[in-house]
Amino acid sequence: MLNRHEIFEKRSLLLTVAILFVVAIGGVVEIAPLFYLESTIEKVKGVRPYSPLELAGRNIYIREGCYTCHSQMVRPLRDEVERYGHYSLAAESMYDHPFQWGSKRSGPDLARVGGKYSDAWHQQHLIDPRSVVPESIMPPYAFLDKRELDYSNVEAWLKANRAVGVPYTDEMIENAKTDLEAQIDPFSDVYDEFLARYPNAQIRNFDGDARSVSEMDAMIAYLQVLGTMVDFSTYEPEENYR
Amino acid sequence: MVIAAILLIGVLWSLFTAARAADPLMGAHAAMFLIAMTVGAFALISHLSSGHVVDENAYETGIVKAGVVASVFWGIAGFLVGVVIAAQLAFPSLLYFPELAWTNFGRLRPLHTSAVIFAFGGNVLIATSFYVVQRTSRARLWGGLTPWFVFWGYNLFIVIAATGYLMGITQSKEYAEPEWYADIWLTIVWVAYLLVFLGTLLKRKEPHIYVANWFYLAFIVTIAMLHIVNNLAVPVSLTGSKSYSLFSGVQDALTQWWYGHNAVGFFLTAGFLAIMYYFIPKKAERPVYSYRLSIVHFWSLIFLYIWAGPHHLHYTALPEWAQTLGMTFSIMLWMPSWGGMINGLMTLSGAWDKLRTDPVLRMMVVSVAFYGMSTFEGPLMSIRSVNSLSHYTDWTIGHVHSGALGWVGYISFGALYCLVPWLWKRKALYSRALVEWHFWISTLGILLYITSMWVSGIMQGLMWRAYNEFGFLEFSFVETVEAMHPYYIIRMVGGLLFLIGAFVMAYNLWRTARGDIREKEYARDAALAAAPAE
Repeated sequence: MLNRHEIFEKRSLLLTVAILFVVAIGGVVEIAPLFYLESTIEKVKGVRPYSPLELAGRNIYIREGCYTCHSQMVRPLRDEVERYGHYSLAAESMYDHPFQWGSKRSGPDLARVGGKYSDAWHQQHLIDPRSVVPESIMPPYAFLDKRELDYSNVEAWLKANRAVGVPYTDEMIENAKTDLEAQIDPFSDVYDEFLARYPNAQIRNFDGDARSVSEMDAMIAYLQVLGTMVDFSTYEPEENYR
Repeated sequence: MVIAAILLIGVLWSLFTAARAADPLMGAHAAMFLIAMTVGAFALISHLSSGHVVDENAYETGIVKAGVVASVFWGIAGFLVGVVIAAQLAFPSLLYFPELAWTNFGRLRPLHTSAVIFAFGGNVLIATSFYVVQRTSRARLWGGLTPWFVFWGYNLFIVIAATGYLMGITQSKEYAEPEWYADIWLTIVWVAYLLVFLGTLLKRKEPHIYVANWFYLAFIVTIAMLHIVNNLAVPVSLTGSKSYSLFSGVQDALTQWWYGHNAVGFFLTAGFLAIMYYFIPKKAERPVYSYRLSIVHFWSLIFLYIWAGPHHLHYTALPEWAQTLGMTFSIMLWMPSWGGMINGLMTLSGAWDKLRTDPVLRMMVVSVAFYGMSTFEGPLMSIRSVNSLSHYTDWTIGHVHSGALGWVGYISFGALYCLVPWLWKRKALYSRALVEWHFWISTLGILLYITSMWVSGIMQGLMWRAYNEFGFLEFSFVETVEAMHPYYIIRMVGGLLFLIGAFVMAYNLWRTARGDIREKEYARDAALAAAPAE
């Protein structure tokens, strides 16, 4: 049979087509079903699109390459659940374009870091990690504290996310700028409307400086929402068995 | 003509984008594109007006020479950044600067991985594939100036990617970090690469396509498929650098690791197996061990590799059926991988004595041995229960580097040591003793690197899951970080030795290209050869 291999060895275009066919199979069988099998992502309550400020923080998280050292995926192993909290659900990253599961833990997992530390701790830790954790090998991010957040494109961020499937409404896009500013101002006029659009969002000045929106505000807002959207006291894994 | 059109469109696009950039980073990149396109257009015009006549019967060697130089340059740059980031993890308080965002690990690590994989590895692959396809087809490269467009276009992509990481432009998809406009540019360059390669095959004067070319072709075709699918994204603005990936969460994760694992499988394996299939038989002056084995292992390798991606996502929110499928195929992959190793090693049948006298051949054979080792370790680590320990730890980093430094690095160095004397028409390398030095210094470096990462990885994995007698977790996370400190220093030293080895090679190759030769080494050979057998 191997003598027949001549067919491929003498026709470069046929060889090309055959290679493409052979390498396409695996991806088609493995990846394509994930888009239509309903069991891929379980149904849970509470997962909502990121607020504009959280999304801005997420952009910075990506920009700085945080994923190179921090995963956002708690595995269902006894020690991980005890260390980090409930194992991660697929639904929790369904609005993550792209995903941030990571592949390496030079630092701890961050899937459930939200609410574990105070804003002040995060701020100090980002400015100088070794001032709060002496053994840390994390780089310092002091510049986040000084840089004003550039959110001139915030509507466009939301629109692009909507284009790839995140359910941002017209109202959310229209109000993106005010919503972003409202999240660091507990006395804003749009407090209730903002909360209606982004249920359970945390509203406070994250970096202790009310005069401007800094990159630090956005970063901490993002870190503080991580893993807090799903209410696990009402989550029943058995309901999702099929 | 097509090249001229692409350059013209490139000039117009970058002018437009530079003028209306939505963010300053995009402005910087558009300016770089503009400069590159303009220089390219001038080079094209001056070349066309010079009336240079090409000898269609001669091989195109200039492009291979350029690729060799670029490979050495990017190799050293990539290894250097690797040593820097290894040092940052070992001595964080010395090597971080709170106000300089671009010096942070998070931005430098993509620079390191892209520099070694795509800049060093990519240039080695382009250079060797252009060399091998001409020789084994007995035909000049197809496409006139197109190969030069591929070379400069690819290196422009590298520069855009590298400067982007430093400025904070990234998609955060590992080994696919460059943003949408760089991805589109690479797609254009890659199509040109495929056309040059196929065009040369089509006008070949040999009836059969040589096995090395099957592997190069699989590498080029598959990388095109992976690159396009994994980089599907919607830009925030056509004049801005930021985009959002088309997929999210689970689907994005599997698409990414389908890409990521096959960047290893097709970029770092298939492409470099092609190098093995040409340079080892050539250097050993023996035919490939088994033709049948090469057929069987070629098709099974490319078929099985594609499935292996999910082993990067064990115990995650990826459905378990996909994890199991990925694990199963990863284990099966062991066989075709070792098929390739056996075919490479056994090619030395009857020429094993050359390992004593030819350090270049020895380097390539050790490379194949490292290939065998890491393709055994890979399936082992893809087993779900092993992976629960190894995942997220330095064990993975050690595994990657045994493949990258040992296999990819050494087979590339071997090819470079072969190519420089051939291309510059020198009788021999400047110094074989320096090749010996390079070999031993780097081998020591690799061993320090991978053993320290094995120890620190397995140790960290075990510490994470350790319980004390009261049933509580024994170690806090930061205690495991603290425990890694000595291993991070050893790893840094290992990387440094590997870098020093590369400098030795660069010096040796430079002297060879200049036409120098260390007379006393070769005088001894001549004396030995002249002495009558007892």
